[in-house]
Amino acid sequence: MQYRNARRKLVNVLMLSATGICALVTVAILIAILAYLAWNGWHYLTWTFLTQLPAPVGQAGGGMGNAVVGTGKLLLIAALTGIPVGLIGGVYLAEFGGKAVGFAVRYAADLLNGVPSIVMGIFIYTVVVLPMGHFSTLAGGLALGVMLIPIVVRSTEDFMRAVPSTLLEGALALGVSRWKGVATVILPAAARGVATGILLSLARVAGETAPLLFTSFNNQYWSQGWMQPIASLPMMIYLYAISPYKNWQQEAWAAGFILLALVLLVNIGAHIILSRRQSVQRG
Amino acid sequence: MEDEALGKPPQARSAKIQVSHLDFYYGSVQALYNVSLAVPQNQITALIGPSGCGKSTFLRTLNRMSETVRHTSVEGEILLDGENIFSVDLVALRRRVGMVFQRPNPFPKTVFDNVAYGLRVNGGTRGAALADAVEASLRRAALWDEIKDKLHKSAYALSGGQQQRLCIARALAVNPEVLLLDEPCSALDPISTAKIEELMFTLQENCTLVIVTHSMQQAARVSSHTGFFLLGRLLEFNETNILFKRPGRKETEDYITGRFG
Ligand SMILES: Nc1ncnc2c1ncn2[C@@H]1O[C@H](COP(=O)(O)OP(=O)(O)OP(=O)(O)O)[C@@H](O)[C@H]1O
Ligand SMILES: [Mg+2]
Repeated sequence: MQYRNARRKLVNVLMLSATGICALVTVAILIAILAYLAWNGWHYLTWTFLTQLPAPVGQAGGGMGNAVVGTGKLLLIAALTGIPVGLIGGVYLAEFGGKAVGFAVRYAADLLNGVPSIVMGIFIYTVVVLPMGHFSTLAGGLALGVMLIPIVVRSTEDFMRAVPSTLLEGALALGVSRWKGVATVILPAAARGVATGILLSLARVAGETAPLLFTSFNNQYWSQGWMQPIASLPMMIYLYAISPYKNWQQEAWAAGFILLALVLLVNIGAHIILSRRQSVQRG
Repeated sequence: MEDEALGKPPQARSAKIQVSHLDFYYGSVQALYNVSLAVPQNQITALIGPSGCGKSTFLRTLNRMSETVRHTSVEGEILLDGENIFSVDLVALRRRVGMVFQRPNPFPKTVFDNVAYGLRVNGGTRGAALADAVEASLRRAALWDEIKDKLHKSAYALSGGQQQRLCIARALAVNPEVLLLDEPCSALDPISTAKIEELMFTLQENCTLVIVTHSMQQAARVSSHTGFFLLGRLLEFNETNILFKRPGRKETEDYITGRFG
């Protein structure tokens, strides 16, 4: 008895420390990345860096303002195209999809989610860039938008399914049509979760580089319109990091830090939204 | 007159709902067998019977809520005011035949928005008219005095009994002609139960009620007619005082005297 108790305690302690250590490693990696990026790029983190055009090679100063704006514009197109499709697809899956159709769509979404992002870039390259004849903001935004769709579909579906079906029944029993019930009861009940999913998906694609290589490419200047190539933070990081110039490499670190900070902020915001939802539901 | 010519029982003339030869299937499993009954207008009809005998299934066919379950099929006829409910518009039918579920299912909205929901979505009622209708419904559901200061709080902040009465108010707001209640008091304490029973009494003045209950006492207290279900069949249907005093079947007697397994 004594022995078994001691053994149980030991196993307990071991397991607790194992889980603790793994959790710590996760946090440590995140902190290490942030610290490393900050350490290497901190002296570039100035207002100028966020708002100015890159300086020509060899000259000091300059910034990545065009890449910041570019990432914003790419995400805007991605959001405008990917979110409606993903949202409506998710609502369909959760509320209207029959067994066979639902299975097919869900499966397709999962496969799409697994498509390597570089393949997504080549796809958009083939259907948008080649016919147009040149790289463009539009093509880059579409590539990111396509990547958004499966993520938004699945997260929307999950959050809508988490709403008890008795709520929809309550609406139907009042003589409300199915789609109205979904739109006025289920969707609002799931809204915070759905919004969180959308924010997280935007954060996910914000850092994608591969799909932009063949689509929006890059631009040393301010954006010249939706039909022209455009700079973006991930592309800037990629091109600057592999450049031979020391100051460019450091600017890449700084850009990486900005991108990561952005993603972290969105993540934290999303989780705040989600936790607020739960406290409301508990009354 | 016509009813008699068609060979239906004479009571059908005052029936709000006339069910004839109803069979119901979940997939290939039959859940209701040849159920026929007439729900009298402006009265309370109680449905009793052991768990799994098909009371909820039957109740849910009356507003065609059963169709929300996939792969179900129904045979037979249900007339609402002489009109076949399977040929009228589904949404219109459910507006006339309201339902309160076993577990309170308020929407995750404020108390006010819950009650206003049906009016807003269907009729586009707004402003003062809406506020008046909400107040009237809450009063009818015997809830107004308790929660008039909490109208704009979340419905989830109410107690279980209050939530159930809120759901009744929500159903009443759209002025249904029939109200179906599936074990509305099963999760409630005796005080809330008494309130809801009292409420049902007043409601029958302008509404026809059908209530599923596991409580013999409740059925005996509130209803004018009672139906006893067993294994998907309506074994007996009669005026409540007759059914409880002189049940026509051995099974009914066993069940209401608690000798049933
Ligand atoms: N969604 C469903 N799919 C398949 N079978 C079902 C479904 N709902 C009910 N049934 C079956 O139909 C029969 C009648 O069920 P029903 O819910 O109508 O019983 P009930 O009399 O309301 O019971 P209770 O008093 O426990 O609520 C049961 O055998 C049940 O297993
Ligand atoms: Mg039931």
